[in-house]
Amino acid sequence: MKSSLSISLKLVLTMFLSAFVAYAIGLYSVLPWWSFVITNFFIAILFAQKPINSFLAGALGIGLLWLVHILIMDSQNQHLLSTKVANILPLNGSYAKLIVITSLIGFLLGGFASLTGSLIRKPKEV
Amino acid sequence: MRLLSLLVSAVVTIALLIVLNTQLSIGTTKTPKLGYFLSPQQGFWKNAEKINDNFDATILSSDLKGNVDVYMDDRLVPHIYADHDEDAYFVQGYLHAKYRLWQMDFQTRVAAGRLSEIAGADKLSIDRFFRRLGMVYGAAQTEQYINEHNPIMKATVEAYTKGVNAYLKQLAPADMPFEYKLMNYTPEEWTPLKTYLFLMFMSYDLTGRSATADLQLTNTKEFLGYDLFTKLYTNQQDSLDPIIPKGTVFAKPSIIPIQPESADSLYFKKEGSPHSVASTQKSPEAPDKNNGSNNWAVSGTKTKSGRPILCSDPHLGLNLPSLWYEVQITTPTHSTYGASFPGSPAVIIGFNDSVAWGVTNAGRDVLDYYEIKFKDSAQKEYWYNGKWETTTNRQEIIKVKDSADVIENIAMTHWGPTMFDWHYQNPQSKGRNLAVKWTGHNASTGVETFYKLNRAKNYDDYINAISLWKCPGQNFVFASKNGDIAIKQQGSFVARWEHQGDFIMPGEDSSYDWKGIIPNEENPMIKNPLRGFVSSANQKPVDPSYPYYLGTAGSFPLYRGISVNKRLAEMDQITAEDMQHLQTDNYNVFAQVARPALHKFIDPEILSPEANRMIALMDNWNLYNNENEKGITVFKLIWDSVENAVWGDELAKSPIPLTKPESFVLLDQMNKDTNWVIADNIDTKEKVETLKDQVNLGVEKATKVLLQLERAGKLNWSNFKATRVSHLTKIEALSRMNLPIGGGVNIINATTDTHGPSWRMVVHLTDEIEAYGLYPGGQSGNPGSPFYDTFINYWASGKYYRLLFLPKEKLMANERTKWHIQFKTI
Repeated sequence: MKSSLSISLKLVLTMFLSAFVAYAIGLYSVLPWWSFVITNFFIAILFAQKPINSFLAGALGIGLLWLVHILIMDSQNQHLLSTKVANILPLNGSYAKLIVITSLIGFLLGGFASLTGSLIRKPKEV
Repeated sequence: MRLLSLLVSAVVTIALLIVLNTQLSIGTTKTPKLGYFLSPQQGFWKNAEKINDNFDATILSSDLKGNVDVYMDDRLVPHIYADHDEDAYFVQGYLHAKYRLWQMDFQTRVAAGRLSEIAGADKLSIDRFFRRLGMVYGAAQTEQYINEHNPIMKATVEAYTKGVNAYLKQLAPADMPFEYKLMNYTPEEWTPLKTYLFLMFMSYDLTGRSATADLQLTNTKEFLGYDLFTKLYTNQQDSLDPIIPKGTVFAKPSIIPIQPESADSLYFKKEGSPHSVASTQKSPEAPDKNNGSNNWAVSGTKTKSGRPILCSDPHLGLNLPSLWYEVQITTPTHSTYGASFPGSPAVIIGFNDSVAWGVTNAGRDVLDYYEIKFKDSAQKEYWYNGKWETTTNRQEIIKVKDSADVIENIAMTHWGPTMFDWHYQNPQSKGRNLAVKWTGHNASTGVETFYKLNRAKNYDDYINAISLWKCPGQNFVFASKNGDIAIKQQGSFVARWEHQGDFIMPGEDSSYDWKGIIPNEENPMIKNPLRGFVSSANQKPVDPSYPYYLGTAGSFPLYRGISVNKRLAEMDQITAEDMQHLQTDNYNVFAQVARPALHKFIDPEILSPEANRMIALMDNWNLYNNENEKGITVFKLIWDSVENAVWGDELAKSPIPLTKPESFVLLDQMNKDTNWVIADNIDTKEKVETLKDQVNLGVEKATKVLLQLERAGKLNWSNFKATRVSHLTKIEALSRMNLPIGGGVNIINATTDTHGPSWRMVVHLTDEIEAYGLYPGGQSGNPGSPFYDTFINYWASGKYYRLLFLPKEKLMANERTKWHIQFKTI
C-alpha cells in the first residue's frame, strides 16, 4: 500500500516534470516540434518506475499540457481558427474533435517516448 | 521479453513520429505535417489570435533615420507619421509583412513561376507559362533600369524591402503565417525584384488576356474562314458612349501605321478556306475578362457642396487576403490615404490633402505574337528580313518540390521571348513557334507614378505623375480641391493599323513590327468638360474618329459605361451618399435593350406553359440585378441559351475553345435583321432555322434548367450567382461563400461570382477631405484573426466606412484610434 502510493506520487511528479520540460523546450521554435519525445525519453530513463507508470506519466504530461494550452488559446480566439481548420481537415467543423485529436497526439507520442525510455533501464525490483 | 517490449515501444514511437511528421497524400492534395500543424507551441494554434488583442508595440531598428509613430484605428488601418519619406516606406513594408506576409510571398511566387517549388510538379505548367511569357525577364529589366537611372525610386523600394525584412528577422518560426504551416514551407527574404515581380503580375492580370485571346481569335478566324469571322466579330459598337465624348476633335496623328501589302494573304489569310484544328494538351487559365473597373469624377457644378467628388472601384478577382491594404502615410513632404498593394510601397488608389485619383483598366492590346521560322530544332537561328538571325538563349531554372529541377530554355528573338515552340505548346498554339512582344517586358518606373500621385498638389502634378506610366494602360481619373476634374488614358499604347495584332502576326519581316508607341500627348484625355463629369468603365475611350486602332471589341465592355454616363448626366446637387448609391447601382441596361429584342421573336403560342410562366417572371422583373430578384436569373439563362442556339452549332465543331462573339453582335442583329443567316443551325440540313426558331428553342432549353433551379431554391439572383471571396489557395473553409449581393456583368455594381469591386472609394474634395471606402476583406491576412474578413458583410450590403484621414494630433485624440506602434531608431 505504502509503496504503490509512493509510486503514484512519482508518477505525478514525473508527469509534471515531463510537461514542464516539454513546455520550456517548446518555447524555442527553431527546435523541432517533437523535441518533447527526446525529453520524455530521457526523463523516463532518469526517473525509473514501472513501464506502465512511465507511460502514463509521459502521456498525461504531454496530453494534458497540450489540452490545457489549446483550451486557453482556443477560447481566447473564440474558436475562430479551430473551426476553420476543422473544416479543412475532415472533422465537419467541430473544434471539439480537433481539440481531442490534438491532445491525443500529444498523449500517444509522449506516452510511447517515455515507455521506450523506461524499458531501456534494467528492470528494478519494487 | 523486456527487450521485445522495448523494441515494440521504440518502433511504435518512431512510426508515430514519422507519420505525424510527414505530408501525407490524399488524392491530389497533401496534408500538412499533422503533428507539427497541430502542435500547440508551433502549429496553427499559435495563429489563433486573441479576439481582443492589443496591438501596441515598440519596434527598434538601425535602418531608420528617425522615429516613426503608427496609430491603428478600430478597423486596424495604420496611420503612419514619419519625419522621413524613406522611414515611412520602411514602416509600410514592415506592416505589410506583419499582416500580409504569406500573400506577398505567394503572389510573387506565381508571378515568378515558382509555385512548383512549394506545391510540386502539379504546378509546373503554370510556372512554365509565366517563365516563358517573360515575367522574370520583364521584372529584371525594370530593376536594372531603376537601379541605374532612378535613385529616388531605388531608395524607396529598398527602404520598403528593409521594412519587410526587419519583420522577417524577428519572426519566430512558431509565429509564421498560417498558410506556411498548412503548406509546409518557410518565408524567405524580400528583395526589390519581388516588388517588381508583383507589379509585373498586375501587368499580366490587366493586359495578359491577349496571351490567350490572340491565339483563340486566330484559331477562330481560321476555323470559320475570314468572311464569316468578320461578320460575327465586328468591332463596330453602335451604342458606344466613349470615355471622351463623341464628336471630340483629335489632333493629327504623329505616327501613321500602314498595313503591310502582304497582309491579306500572310496575315488575314482572306483566301484561306475554313479548316479544323487538332488538339492535344490542356491550356492555361487566362486573366478574367471581367477584370475591369469604374471611375468617375463630378465637378463642383454638379455637387451640392460645389466641390468635386471622385469615385473609383477597381473590379478584380475577389480574394482573401485581399489584394488591397488600407494605409495613411504622412511625412513632411505629403500626407496621403488609400489602398496600397502588399508588395509595393506607396498608395495606389487614394487621395491626399489636395487631390484624389483612381484607375480603371484601358483594355488596349499591348501584347502580340509573332510566328517564328527557326532554322532547326536547336533554335539558334531564325529567318528575318531575308536572312538568318541568331537568337540568344535565356535559361530559367524551375525548382520542383520532391523532384528534379526543370530547366527552361527560352530562345530570345528581337521580338521577345519565344513563348511557344517544341518545348512548350498548348492546344491553342497548335505547334507554332511564337515569340511574344509585350510592353510589359520593357523597363518601367510605374511605382514612381504612384509616388508622385501621393504628393500631387494640382492638375499639372497629376499629368506629370501619370506621364511616366507604361503598363498596364489605365484610365487615370483626377479631381482636386481647387475644382479641376480630368481623366486621361495613359500607358505605352502601340500605334496600330486596323486589326494589327488581333491575330498571330508573321514574324519573318519587319513590316509587321509595331510602328511606334503613341506619344503621351495623343493619348485620349479630357479636363473640366462642360457636362460637369468625367468617367470610364473600360469602354472604348474614343469614337472611330480617333486616328489609332484600339483593339478588338471583346476588350471593351459596352454597357457599364452607358449606365454610368446616363446616370451622371441626369444627376444634380450630388452628395457623397448619392455617389455611394451609384457605385452600388444594380440597373441592367443590357437587359433593358435585350428583353424587348427577345420579345420580337418569342411566340407564346408555340411555347410550353412552363416556358410562358418563366417569360412572365422575366417580364415582371424591374431590370435591377438585386439579390432577391428572380427575373434576372430567368433573363440571363434565356439569353445565354439563345446565344448558344445561334452560335453553338458553328463553334461547337472545334476541338479547342474558340472565342464567342460579343453579346452586342447578336443584340444588334436582332434589332436590325430578323432573317439573319447565321441563325440557321448548320447541323439540320433539311431545315433553315430562323432567328425566331432559335429564340424559342433557347427559351425552352433555358426553362428546363430554370425549373431545376426553382426546385433547388436557386432562382433568386444571389443564390444563383453565389458570389464568393476565395482564399488564394481556393480552400473553402478559408473563403467566404454565397454572399448576399446583387450586381453582375454589365452592371455598375460589377459583382459576378468571383469578381467585383475590389475597393470602393468615394472622395469628396471639401476643405477637410470627406472620404468613404472599403474592400471585401480585412486588414489582417491571418485566417485566425477577427480582422481577417471584417469588411465583407458591410461590403456586400453596399455600406461604406468613413475613412479617418487626419493630422497626427487630431488622430491621436480620435475615439476610433485604438493602438500605437512606435518605431524607434537605434
